[in-house]
Amino acid sequence: MEISKTQTADAIKLTISGRLDSLTCVQLSNEIDSIKKEGNFNLIFDFETLEYISSAGLRVLLTTQKHANSSGTRLELKNINDTVKEVLDMTGFSRILNIVK
Amino acid sequence: MDTVRSTMDLPATLDHLPHALAFAEKEAEAAGVMQKKLTGLSLAVEEAFVNICTHAYKGGAGQVELACFTGFEPFPHSFVLEISDYGPEFDLLSIPEPDTSLGIEEREIGGLGVHFIRHFTDHTDWRRENGKNILRLIFHCKDVQRG
Repeated sequence: MEISKTQTADAIKLTISGRLDSLTCVQLSNEIDSIKKEGNFNLIFDFETLEYISSAGLRVLLTTQKHANSSGTRLELKNINDTVKEVLDMTGFSRILNIVK
Repeated sequence: MDTVRSTMDLPATLDHLPHALAFAEKEAEAAGVMQKKLTGLSLAVEEAFVNICTHAYKGGAGQVELACFTGFEPFPHSFVLEISDYGPEFDLLSIPEPDTSLGIEEREIGGLGVHFIRHFTDHTDWRRENGKNILRLIFHCKDVQRG
């Protein structure tokens, strides 16, 4: 998995490529933790090149969304492909996460 | 008669997850599982493998055994993957389905793993045999209609 970080006008965008699984999810958690230490930022996760997400990846999304809700910031998931969409739909996560076109 | 295609034994540690997934995908593809089912197959295998790494040996050392079969009755045109461990008796499939309709604050991540296993397999069962927990995941190949 690779993560690239871009600062936009009002958010930090993380473009996540490859596989977000039980082994690699720590990398994303660490990146999010380091952003949290810098302050409260809106986050955008760009999933256009994300090939795979398991329940370990969903755990990171859930924790990040809960943190956004409690800190008054926003988390957006962008460019969801069909593979990732199936996982979000079957777990009910499409209804509780903020998916934008 | 079952035909054993291939087996792999791995230490039950997360860093061996990529080996388990690569093995399962390669064998499934060779057995004729459709390309579009391979991601789901990997997701099911990951959840089973990680469950063993996390719970079966309580942080101690242990093995995960993977065995692939074809020609398994009553699903002769299916790919069968058995994932075994030597931990205490535990049926992963006994975990109830999570409530996927809950709102964000009520949602817990627990139980999602077995939900993945049920969703992405065509059939699954568990047995205790020779001191092993054996979880069997079955995936129909392309010439078999689902259901």
